[in-house]
Amino acid sequence: MLQIVNLQASVEGKEILKGINLEVKAGEVHAIMGPNGSGKSTLASVLAGRDNYEVTGGSVSFDGKDLLDMDPEIRAREGLFLAFQYPVEIPGVSNVNFLKTAVSEIREHRGLAPLDSKDFLKLLKEKQQLVEFSSSLANRSLNEGFSGGEKKRNEILQLAMLDPKLAILDETDSGLDIDALRIVSNGVNKLRNEGNAFVVITHYQRLLEYIVPDVVHVLWNGRIVKSGPKELALELEEKGYDWLKEEANNTVVG
Amino acid sequence: MQTEQDFLNDLSTQEYEHGFTTEIEMEYAPVGLNEDTIRFISAKKNEPEWLLEWRLKALRQFLKMEMPTWQNFKAPDVDFQAISYYAAPRNQAKYNSLDEVDPELLATFEKLGIPLNEQAALAGVAVDAVFDSVSVVTTFKEKLKEKGVIFCPISEAVQEHPELVKKYLGSVVPLTDNFYAALNSAVFSDGSFVYIPKGVKCPMELSTYFRINAKNTGQFERTLIIADEGSYVSYLEGCTAPMRDENQLHAAVVELVALDDAEIKYSTVQNWYPGDKDGKGGIYNFVTKRGICKGNNAKISWTQVETGSAITWKYPSLILKGDNAVGEFYSVALTKGHQIADTGTKIYHLGKNTRSRIISKGISAGVSHNSYRGLVQMGPHAEQARNFTQCDSLLIGDRCGAHTFPYIESKNPSAIVEHEATTSKIAEDQIFYLNQRGIDNEKAVALIVNGYAKEVLNNLPMEFAVEAQKLLAVSLEGSVG
Repeated sequence: MLQIVNLQASVEGKEILKGINLEVKAGEVHAIMGPNGSGKSTLASVLAGRDNYEVTGGSVSFDGKDLLDMDPEIRAREGLFLAFQYPVEIPGVSNVNFLKTAVSEIREHRGLAPLDSKDFLKLLKEKQQLVEFSSSLANRSLNEGFSGGEKKRNEILQLAMLDPKLAILDETDSGLDIDALRIVSNGVNKLRNEGNAFVVITHYQRLLEYIVPDVVHVLWNGRIVKSGPKELALELEEKGYDWLKEEANNTVVG
Repeated sequence: MQTEQDFLNDLSTQEYEHGFTTEIEMEYAPVGLNEDTIRFISAKKNEPEWLLEWRLKALRQFLKMEMPTWQNFKAPDVDFQAISYYAAPRNQAKYNSLDEVDPELLATFEKLGIPLNEQAALAGVAVDAVFDSVSVVTTFKEKLKEKGVIFCPISEAVQEHPELVKKYLGSVVPLTDNFYAALNSAVFSDGSFVYIPKGVKCPMELSTYFRINAKNTGQFERTLIIADEGSYVSYLEGCTAPMRDENQLHAAVVELVALDDAEIKYSTVQNWYPGDKDGKGGIYNFVTKRGICKGNNAKISWTQVETGSAITWKYPSLILKGDNAVGEFYSVALTKGHQIADTGTKIYHLGKNTRSRIISKGISAGVSHNSYRGLVQMGPHAEQARNFTQCDSLLIGDRCGAHTFPYIESKNPSAIVEHEATTSKIAEDQIFYLNQRGIDNEKAVALIVNGYAKEVLNNLPMEFAVEAQKLLAVSLEGSVG
């Protein structure tokens, strides 16, 4: 579904991604871990199509199409979803109105008939229950006055509503207490199926106990330096990142 | 691929879709402003002597006055002698039915989406259509007559209800009030007259559409609305004009009178031609609007959505004379390209326990300048009076301006005045967030702007709230910068 080949990108002239290679197939969950500054969020932003990130080399193919050539809203409509690390607030725009607009754009792109208000509200209620997101939050303005945890849960509600093919979760677990973590993970697990895929970016192994990955990749200094099964996460938890950095340096030098 | 920043800086003008002109036989007053012009206009309208005298008095006053200089923009050099002060479709007699109206005229209003055919009319909205200086047709007159509601062109009211006109005309905005009011009092051509009898709740929305068509003319309409004791009326005005290189002047006067326990709700959706992307052409919208809550427990609210005009210069105001009177001012003023808005309100609290609420939302884009100017005055007898003002500015892009000039004067120690203000920008990361949910840049801005303006739009009559929302979105198209 997603094929990243030798992706290089810079921000404000500084090269952050130095050649990422990654393949994600439908039905898979990939975890991306790595120390601060390794380029995890940059990767997410480049895939989503954020402005100030300049792609300097490589390619990304999404469902056989050139992802980098698409405007961000087209990428979204094609089925790419990014759960932001720091979701912004948009006062005055109601959660419901916003969701309705988003759902309608995506459905139109997919050639689906628009949902009438009744069906939309039904869908919303169903998904709210799925991700345990209370009604009162859905009726407020987009993320306005939401706590950190509420914002993250709102990202998952949107994920549930928009039904993407590929969801990138950018440190969704940061700032969540244990209960919120469980709720978010449950939500994601319920949404996993053979047709979609997830890329979970995180610092901590804890999330990966709830959302169990098929592959764990370690990103360091703009490159994926190691990939392995879920046990790799445990190894990192135990040993930290230094051994990998050494290994990577030796490989480069050697 | 266009980046968000490019998009936010883009300055193309969305095509003004009402810019067409109508070819129709017209007659004009000779260009120039002098006593002869006044007599010409008065004679055309078959006016009684007292009104002609009133006009002449206003003209003499006008010729003594000078253009104001305190505004927050460079005032245009209007050559008052180079304008024709009267333009009307030729053969314009009193139309008794739509069949008598020139088909070109009907086509114009149809193009603008304004329903003149009573069957096709928006459910229950009576319409008065004003083309250049004259009212073309007023719908639902019979139905309103049953309730005793008078809704007709002011020129007709002068003939049929002179006592009412004489009593109230100039009582809220005297001809000496200001430069443009004096001008209007001298040369006003037509406008709407509304009278709601005691205890009557007007059974339908009343609405007037103003359309400027003729070249080198100004439009000077005069509207007078009187709500007698215990009555209620909701009135809406909409305005459009064709695209021209020269500026045209629109100097209207609107007077509202609410007696004891009466309520007037006045809404405006203004979309006059704003000028082209270089700031050439466009309507000068210099308007004096004032309401007086004359009686106790009276209520008047002004709601305006201003998206057009090269320059919008107006302060719909309120005099809260009766005890417990309530005044409200809700405004969304959008400027883009080279447009200028210097708008706001003046609220005078005279009576005891009077209350007022001001919600002003300015939106600036392009290189436009948007100023809010507000006066809240608490008189010495305004015991326990209260005002709340919320004045917000939204800046789109980094080359526009938002300015605020609040004035608060209080002569009563028990009166309370509250003022809050915010300034914000549409942030690039807000747009990106919406992009990432499949919403393109223009829809994203429309969503954000609508959320911002919601509190004001919610005060418009329902049918018009939807139109206003669309108008805001369309007005911003391609000019988010």
